[in-house]
Amino acid sequence: MTTVNMPSTTGAAVPAGSGFLSAVAAWLTTTDHRRIGRLFMGFSVLWVLSIVVVNAILGFERIDSASIAINEGALPQLFAASRTLASFGVLIPLTLGLAIAVVPTQVGARSIMFARNATFGFFLWLFGTSVVVGSLIANGGPGGGSATMVDLYLLGLATAMLGLVAASISVIATVITARTAGTDLADVPVFSWAALIGAVSTVLTLPVALGTLIYVAVDHQYVKAAFGGNTEISTWLGWAMTQPQTFLYVIPVVGVLAELAPAVARKAQPLRGGVFVGIGLMSVALFGSVTQNIHGFEWSGTLSDKVQSFVPYAMFNLLPLLGMVVVLGLALLALRSDTLKITPAFIPVFLGGGMILTALLGNAVQLLSSAQLAGTVFEEGVLHYITYGAVLVVWGAVAHWSTQLWGRELPAQAVIGLGVLGFAGTVIAALSMYIAGFADQQSEVVADFTYAGPAGLWNSASTVGHALMALCVVAGVATATRSITASASTGGAQ
Amino acid sequence: MSTAVERALPPGPATAARHPLFIATGAVVAAGTMMVFGMLAVWFKFRDASPLREGRNAKMIHDWLPADLKIPEVATNTLAITMVIAVIMGQWAVYSATRKDSQHTTLALFITGMIGIAAINAQVAIYKQMGAVLADGAYQTMFFTITGTVLALMCSGVAFSFVAAFRVLGGRIADRAVVTAHAMYWYFITTAFIAMWFVVYVQK
Repeated sequence: MTTVNMPSTTGAAVPAGSGFLSAVAAWLTTTDHRRIGRLFMGFSVLWVLSIVVVNAILGFERIDSASIAINEGALPQLFAASRTLASFGVLIPLTLGLAIAVVPTQVGARSIMFARNATFGFFLWLFGTSVVVGSLIANGGPGGGSATMVDLYLLGLATAMLGLVAASISVIATVITARTAGTDLADVPVFSWAALIGAVSTVLTLPVALGTLIYVAVDHQYVKAAFGGNTEISTWLGWAMTQPQTFLYVIPVVGVLAELAPAVARKAQPLRGGVFVGIGLMSVALFGSVTQNIHGFEWSGTLSDKVQSFVPYAMFNLLPLLGMVVVLGLALLALRSDTLKITPAFIPVFLGGGMILTALLGNAVQLLSSAQLAGTVFEEGVLHYITYGAVLVVWGAVAHWSTQLWGRELPAQAVIGLGVLGFAGTVIAALSMYIAGFADQQSEVVADFTYAGPAGLWNSASTVGHALMALCVVAGVATATRSITASASTGGAQ
Repeated sequence: MSTAVERALPPGPATAARHPLFIATGAVVAAGTMMVFGMLAVWFKFRDASPLREGRNAKMIHDWLPADLKIPEVATNTLAITMVIAVIMGQWAVYSATRKDSQHTTLALFITGMIGIAAINAQVAIYKQMGAVLADGAYQTMFFTITGTVLALMCSGVAFSFVAAFRVLGGRIADRAVVTAHAMYWYFITTAFIAMWFVVYVQK
């Protein structure tokens, strides 16, 4: 596979002078795919930090279910911020940014196709998510008390979706049309394939949410009758921020794992086609989005009833799990090698991949009616596993491709240490929610819940997990910033 | 520490992208189709949830379209035919561009744009004839939302037609990708409109 590691020649020329303003202008008008990707990832990290802090606050608030320390009226906004930003502030843009930065290099293109469209998509997304956050702070969002801010929340969400779809189109066009001459689609690196599947899934599903959002926004602005006003926003749009839809957002992350396993094993991926099929299988969750429904399995009634319930459940929840198992299985097969040399970057990627598998398993269990997990915090645990798992994988991916992104490797100790710390934080934060879910702790409630078992312990553990994750994110940003700054001072790629 | 820049091989020859605009427009069309058909799905959901009442010939029908609202069928059917003509004009532009016939390509693109404007005009006329008020109820809200979305798509199609026409007028006849992408976009708008027309104006 031809790779192009030189700085992009199609990037915007840096204006004369080396002042701060000219540097900012160069970044704002950039058409360099690595810069666009880094912009997406950089601002996503800001939202990662925001949701980690929000999750920690909510966890802390749940430790003592008898009292509420923060303003009770702010709780719907905190829950909405956690959920909205997990999907539209972190999962999609983080993986999309990685794809924009890496895919052109992998397929042999000089830059991302329609680079200005990708930059435009970034600014739309940044503006949209900023508006979402602003509206939530000002009492908007689902269940918000200010009608204007609820409208603003919907507008921001629509803008963010448009930006993500626009940037995804650039990724699709790059993989399909800008490959090195003579290279088939089946020959592209696994990560590029996963980025293509992820981008196609985004392009096909977010517009469905956007169409519904337009209805909800118009109804909220004028009538507040048909779609239930501010309290029913989650009923109509919640599917875009929960499972199985969130599995689509992390498909590129699975591609990172599949890409790095043979790289550390220093051998060709056995059954490479199987990896492609496994990644494609995960996109079956796409159809779950089209139906705008969550499909559970009801173990009741006649055999025919059970089969009728099982088929859609298996289709939308077990097939994506099967896809992940296929990818992980083939990755493990690749790792059976005498030439195996584990790199620092592989550790967070492997641990993060395990978190996503745990999320897929959790989702499959959660939707069994006999497990009685509906409406419990178990679903929040699944979302934590997916979000933090994806962050860990992207951390590993950035470490793996850092020389291509800014011309300098990240320190090995920091990559491994933060990977392990993030893994610990994820497990502590999410697993305690799994356990609390089995104990029947209600979802999106911080007070007046009781159940047999040490509720304070599980919620304390979850808070500690989020705090560890916050520490991990801050340290990761500091490490990357130091590396980028050092690279810039030695004349590396910026 | 050595850097990638130091280790890097010199870049290979630039790869010429293969039909990027066509593929990107295809992705836009796919996204738009999902949006419009998703909106129609929500429309179906509401219509099916509406109560039943006795219609003409003692037939039970969903009480979805308010009794005081009448769909102007002549105008809506004419609009549907207009949209089909627009797509034929778009295809004519592709046919002419393939033969490097800039005069007919420009003409076809301008006609497509003008037909698009006529379609927008017809849609506005339908709004006026119906006299519906957006805030009157669920039907009206959803009616204006879905038809308004398709109207916005028509406006974007008209803008695309004129941009493509001025490009050809400026001498870029060899750049057939834009004309082809333009035709594909109008196929999408027409398909979206026909689907919406059948569900909203014919089935009601």
